Amino acid sequence: MNSITINGKEYTIGEDQLEMSLLNFLRENLIMTGTKNGCEKGVCGSCTVTADNRAVRSCRMSMEKMAGKQIITIEGMEYPDGTLHPIQQGFIDAGAIQCGFCTPGMVMSAYALLLANPEPSREEIRKAMRGNLCRCTGYQQIVDAVELAAKRIKEEHLSVTAGCLA
Amino acid sequence: MQEKPFRNDGYAKVTGRAAYADDYSISGMLHMVPVYADYVAAKNLAVDYSEALKVPGCVRVFTAKDVPGSNVFGQIEKDYPIIASDRVRSWGDVCALVVAETRKAALEAATKVSITADPVRAVLTIEEALKDNAPVVPSYGKSNIVVEHKLRHGNPDQAFDSCELILEEEFETQAIEQGYMEPESALCVPRHDGVIEIYGSMQHPFSTRRFTAALLGEPLSNIEVYTIAVGGGFGGKDDNAAAVCARAALGARLLKRPVKLTYSREWSFRETYKRHPYKLSYKVGFTSEGLVKAVKAKMYADSGPYLSVTPWVTWRSTAQCFGPYSVENIHADVYGVATNNIFCGAMRGFGAPQVNFSVEQIMDIAAHTLGIHPLGMRRMNMVKQGSETVTGQILDDHTVSLEEVMNKVVHAIGYRKKYEKCTFGKSENDELYGIGLAISYRGSSLGAEGMDFCSAIINGQFDGSILLETGIHENGQGSESVMMLILADELGVNLDRIRYRRSSTSSIPDSGTTVATRGTIMGGSAVVTAVRKFRELLSFHLAERLRCKPEEVTYHDDKIWGLNFAYSLTWEEAMRELYLQQVTPYAFGTYQAPPVSWDDTTGQGNAYFTYVYSCQAVELTVKKSTGKITLKNVVAGHDIGKAVNRAMVLGQMYGGITQGAGMALMEEFRMEEGKVVTDNFDTYKIPRMTDMPEMTGIIIENSDPHSLTGAKGIGEPALELIAPAIANAVYNATGIRSKKMPITIDPEDLNE
Repeated sequence: MNSITINGKEYTIGEDQLEMSLLNFLRENLIMTGTKNGCEKGVCGSCTVTADNRAVRSCRMSMEKMAGKQIITIEGMEYPDGTLHPIQQGFIDAGAIQCGFCTPGMVMSAYALLLANPEPSREEIRKAMRGNLCRCTGYQQIVDAVELAAKRIKEEHLSVTAGCLA
Repeated sequence: MQEKPFRNDGYAKVTGRAAYADDYSISGMLHMVPVYADYVAAKNLAVDYSEALKVPGCVRVFTAKDVPGSNVFGQIEKDYPIIASDRVRSWGDVCALVVAETRKAALEAATKVSITADPVRAVLTIEEALKDNAPVVPSYGKSNIVVEHKLRHGNPDQAFDSCELILEEEFETQAIEQGYMEPESALCVPRHDGVIEIYGSMQHPFSTRRFTAALLGEPLSNIEVYTIAVGGGFGGKDDNAAAVCARAALGARLLKRPVKLTYSREWSFRETYKRHPYKLSYKVGFTSEGLVKAVKAKMYADSGPYLSVTPWVTWRSTAQCFGPYSVENIHADVYGVATNNIFCGAMRGFGAPQVNFSVEQIMDIAAHTLGIHPLGMRRMNMVKQGSETVTGQILDDHTVSLEEVMNKVVHAIGYRKKYEKCTFGKSENDELYGIGLAISYRGSSLGAEGMDFCSAIINGQFDGSILLETGIHENGQGSESVMMLILADELGVNLDRIRYRRSSTSSIPDSGTTVATRGTIMGGSAVVTAVRKFRELLSFHLAERLRCKPEEVTYHDDKIWGLNFAYSLTWEEAMRELYLQQVTPYAFGTYQAPPVSWDDTTGQGNAYFTYVYSCQAVELTVKKSTGKITLKNVVAGHDIGKAVNRAMVLGQMYGGITQGAGMALMEEFRMEEGKVVTDNFDTYKIPRMTDMPEMTGIIIENSDPHSLTGAKGIGEPALELIAPAIANAVYNATGIRSKKMPITIDPEDLNE
């Protein structure tokens, strides 16, 4: 039997679910609607989650391909006590939120980035997150948000790890 | 001003808990999908869905025949087919709606719907549409010219005689997709009392209600549209988004079950209206000193087959037909033209970006030709305190700060020194450098284009908490947060005392649409009006407890105070007191825009009650070997009257600049023979993080006397002038003029 771990919890993948996209599995089967469908073509980044700590487009990933992987979605970022992950707090404090439709994907891309590179330059943030489209913000305050989160994690000795794994 | 970013939806949006239309589901819900015909122009439309009904799970297929009300509707002309009947006028027309138990079944059944029709000659360009023998596209009227505006001010023909320099220039702009990240979606639920509830991704709940009521043939009160999280609009979520809601409502009404209709990106791009492509021609006469003496302008906007808000878009192009400049002699003729292309409607900027792209380049062309500095050229001609606009309006009742705004931007970016470094096509290495700028003014709110009023409700609770509601709609821009900040400020209470009530079309009167940069100025002023009434009511009933006269009661520091602070009441105490007096702490406020005027025959009048003044400057490089244009730095300055939520004002600026830069450099909604080619973000490219440079926003605050908060707005001014600034910078780098968007540089032209 195939299985997948989502936000620290293991789920069995049924035979009839192997061809399903991870995005649809999340949204329709688990009713985890934080992950958004913006283009269903892997070009907008709204559906970004992490799979084994790397950012992936969940709309382009079949459940078969994702079997055995450790997935983190936006729902898994916050700590169990309701405290926000530093990246989430960074988005609020930097004014990086407008319509919010891209925000979950942005947060997840930022998470993958900070796991791999805890102190990215603004240039590196832009390069790493260029797969995530936003039509509202012009990205400036999103770059600020990721920079702010990285700074706080370092200076306040916070953990980068997603809240659900803490 | 709120320095720390405030959003009442911030927590929900960073945790993924904010629910957008497609995130809602309800038991018993059916799924609807649209069916399009592969025709651009056709008649005798016939839909055969017998095979579709055989697909397991398929419940019903609706066509125009099933519509109990009117299958056509529109904001100005009732011509937009919510479901097409006999005629197809564009490739985006929806001909049938399939409803099934699952989305998968609905999608499968949709492929089995057979649509036939007799093709007729399609009109695909403005030129073709204007020919004598062209088929008439619109369902109403006798010509493809669907709207015509005139502006007559002075006598340019005579004035050209005394001009030193006469420029004749033509410009062309492209169709643009609004590109909001959330595609349209609606969930419609029939309620026990006969009302249809709508949870939809739309920009204008009241317009949505009108579309739905028209389709169902029912009164407005039968439909209740709720505000939920909306993933962006930028003008683009009116007619079509309303039609999406209306279609789902049709299913819900006729099948007596909840129906969800969620759009794919391809359907959204195919069906929804775009920014109007324009063809503009200008003849402009200057004195040798650079003064603009005479202008003749002609513009054609491609409206597509349906009118939508074309007359309002082209009206703004008319009222602002020569940028922020005073011109003694100016005539303009602006036309909206029908074709069979995907139709055009509202998009952030609304008829101004096309004009600014042209005018701000003309000013630079003239400056270069006459040997005058582009800044001096602008300073000489721009509107100042007491100036007369091209519509004959005297700007003397608010601060006309264009020069101040331009000076601040010029200083911040170091324009003068950097201008000296521009390469004009000549450089030792592969990199060309240019800096460019543009200025604009933008009439706030609707102006003489429409009815302009808004309401707000303050509903005090007996425990001291306060509910606020306004007719302004949250599209993601942060309008609810702005209204809460204004209330907190005016009532002197802490923000955590206030909740913004999720409003619906049944809970607050129709306050028009949240467009035209009118949210803060109209909604904010309505909140202030309500606060004034609310305080008057409270003061009257609390004065005795505060041992003073009602007019001596003051509101600050989260308390209500008597004279000289001798006595005070907490809000908890005050509300308890009202309860004991059996008084309802409730106030309803409305705000009507100050009067504007317009004479259709001359295009003269006080077009807008106030204006936002703007300047944006950009630095860029162009690679000689490839022609690649890279933005390096942007500085934007806008006089918005007063900033209510600083971080969100800056966010509007950066977002507007980015959309404008997309229009300038990469975006083009393309059709071939009327069929959409760019149908998703892989072919329709919008700016990514790496396409944008660091940006600086300068907020200039000359409190506006027409706004009860002093604040104007920022949504559209932010977008409307970066494209000409980029075009000017590209010229200053390469020596090549770009009169067409998107701007591209052919390296061969550089090496000539």
